[in-house]
Amino acid sequence: MDTAAPPKESLAAWAHRRLFSTWFDRIVTLVFGAGVAWVLWQVLGWAFLGAVWSAPNSDACAGASGACWAVIEARGRLILFGLYPAEEHWRSALACLAVMVTMGLSCWPLFWHVKRLAALWVAGFGLFLVLMRGGVAGLAPVTAEQWGGLSLTLFIFCGVVVAGMPMAVGLALARRSKLPVVRGCAGGLIDVVRSLPLLTLLFTAAVVVPLLVPGWLQGDKLVRVVLAYALFFACYQAEILRAGLQSVHEGQGEAAAALGLSPAQRVFLIELPQAFRNTLPSTINQVVITFKETSIVTIIGFFEVMASGNAALGSGDWGRAFIEVYVFLGLIYFVFVFGLSRYGAWLEARMRRGQRH
Amino acid sequence: MPRFASFRTRAGFTIQVGLLLVIALVLAGLVLTARENILGQGMATGFGFLDRSTGWPVNVSVIELSARSSYARVLLAGLLNTLTVGALALLLATLLGTVLGLMRVSGNLILEIIGTTYVEIFRNVPMILQAFFWYAVFTHLPSPRQAITFADAVVLSNRGLVLPEPEFSAADLAVLGLAALAGVAASVLAARRGLRAGRWLALSWLLLAGVLLWAGRAPGVPMLSLPELQGLRIAGGLTLKPEFSALLVGLTLFGAAYIGEIVRGGLLSVEPGKLEAGRALGLTPGQVNRFIRLPLALRAMLPALSNQYIWLMKATTVGIAIGYPDFFAVVSTAINQSGQTLELLAILMLGFLAVNYTLGFALNRLNERLKLKGRS
Repeated sequence: MDTAAPPKESLAAWAHRRLFSTWFDRIVTLVFGAGVAWVLWQVLGWAFLGAVWSAPNSDACAGASGACWAVIEARGRLILFGLYPAEEHWRSALACLAVMVTMGLSCWPLFWHVKRLAALWVAGFGLFLVLMRGGVAGLAPVTAEQWGGLSLTLFIFCGVVVAGMPMAVGLALARRSKLPVVRGCAGGLIDVVRSLPLLTLLFTAAVVVPLLVPGWLQGDKLVRVVLAYALFFACYQAEILRAGLQSVHEGQGEAAAALGLSPAQRVFLIELPQAFRNTLPSTINQVVITFKETSIVTIIGFFEVMASGNAALGSGDWGRAFIEVYVFLGLIYFVFVFGLSRYGAWLEARMRRGQRH
Repeated sequence: MPRFASFRTRAGFTIQVGLLLVIALVLAGLVLTARENILGQGMATGFGFLDRSTGWPVNVSVIELSARSSYARVLLAGLLNTLTVGALALLLATLLGTVLGLMRVSGNLILEIIGTTYVEIFRNVPMILQAFFWYAVFTHLPSPRQAITFADAVVLSNRGLVLPEPEFSAADLAVLGLAALAGVAASVLAARRGLRAGRWLALSWLLLAGVLLWAGRAPGVPMLSLPELQGLRIAGGLTLKPEFSALLVGLTLFGAAYIGEIVRGGLLSVEPGKLEAGRALGLTPGQVNRFIRLPLALRAMLPALSNQYIWLMKATTVGIAIGYPDFFAVVSTAINQSGQTLELLAILMLGFLAVNYTLGFALNRLNERLKLKGRS
């Protein structure tokens, strides 16, 4: 319910209020404004005016005053596709596209139903796997060891969220269970996992689990790591969902019971959907963090986009163009993470509007 | 609900016992498989290896280490490395984050744009990428001969950052310590008696200690060890190796982006009415900030801040990527070298649990102390 709008402020008045209203403001505006202008000019000169866009090797960049974007032209495919066979790069690119479209569509309220969402992800992620693995429809098979770059980053991210969400629901429900043993086990697991660094958990999955588990149960190293990461995600997400379940009004459950719904129906049809809805901003925040932190698998030897960027620096004589490569990698992460977090902010505003009316 | 009640009694009992059984079976399976694998590969077990010497060097350490140091000592060095870089990053990130938070609520458009741009850039790029970036920057700096110097006191080269180091003998440290103790005692006593001079008393004690230090020094020994170029290397001063500096800079800049958001949220959470009330009582804007706004904001910030601090401590583990021997890196090398995977993993997890719980406990206590207490 909007009350009467405040009187319109002219642009000049607004600028004066925000920039020059007090003496302190005036000094700050002039000094910092000049600093910002100088920095912008430097960045512009480095990134565009003096930049070398195309060169066979890094020697051409040695004399240039600006960025050496030629490294992206020369090594971009390595960064994006890793060790994937060169003649099959189009498959890796299509697979990335399929997953990104799937991610984009999941943000659309039309798909916010369990069945539609599941169908979307089975289709999108299935297409990704078919394209990446090959072996069907005349596509040459490519083993998981050759996956790399952006497609591996996206695979890990999607695998973690898709496998982690059901785990999170299970843990959140177990943590709220009336049975003390179930509650205690879930709580203990969540507490311990949350106080360990992610890297410890991934390292355990990659290196220690083969020692503890018989060979027939070990599976691929990539699968183990994704599952460990999913457990980590689930422990954080479970706490978010628990808060969401607490925020659902008791009357909702009672009303459902009065209508004759079984306890399971009450939880899955009435309480959980509302818990998800109430915690959407935090959930998206958690998903954003997960995307960013996929970069950590570099350390345990996976060739995702962070590692392939480092490899690009190590190959040939491009090592001195490290700023350009890291800026490029930074931009890749920034686009996804900033986009997702803006989406989260938009969603929050939309929900708040929905509540007011 | 009679059906639900019976679920709680009979079925509930079955479920819980079943769960315990499954957990016990899984654990037994893990232990048996581990035993078989360890025996099969002829690996050693037990914690006896902790006394053995490691035989590998550790390039950065706050305590004295050599290749002959024992595993226990190297592990301790790793833990101290983690704590050092974590604590320093925590402090610096808090300072920078506070500045960022203040900028974003200042009302000045330019400051807000700078603060927002900073936060969005540094928050949305992974920590490990930032660590790699700063490490590359530090290792691409000029060699010591062409080092960048600031006022002849700070030297920046590809060997790391060299700062002036205060050179105190044991006697000097004793004087300083005593002065600090006396100063604290004096101010506490003065405060108990309701005297306002406590602060000045403490200050004069410190001043006295300074005079004593200056007068009591052996002649010719400088107070500060300044870095200077000697041949191909830099002698004197306190050297922060590139690995340490890069991790510290990365953690600080990344952490500050988050802390800036927390500070901003805390400052915005203070109701404007309380600030207006302060002004109505005749407090100056500075006093309103100091006595009303900051204390209230701090209380709102503390829970989020403690989460952030614990997170920052855990984030030090990316140090391994750029060769900083933090706790995780040292344990990981030790696992490779000694093969005593399970024991070392247990030490790793216990170490992090201890650090996190200690930090969490301390911050919770602080939160309890500072929380506004309702009048009874």
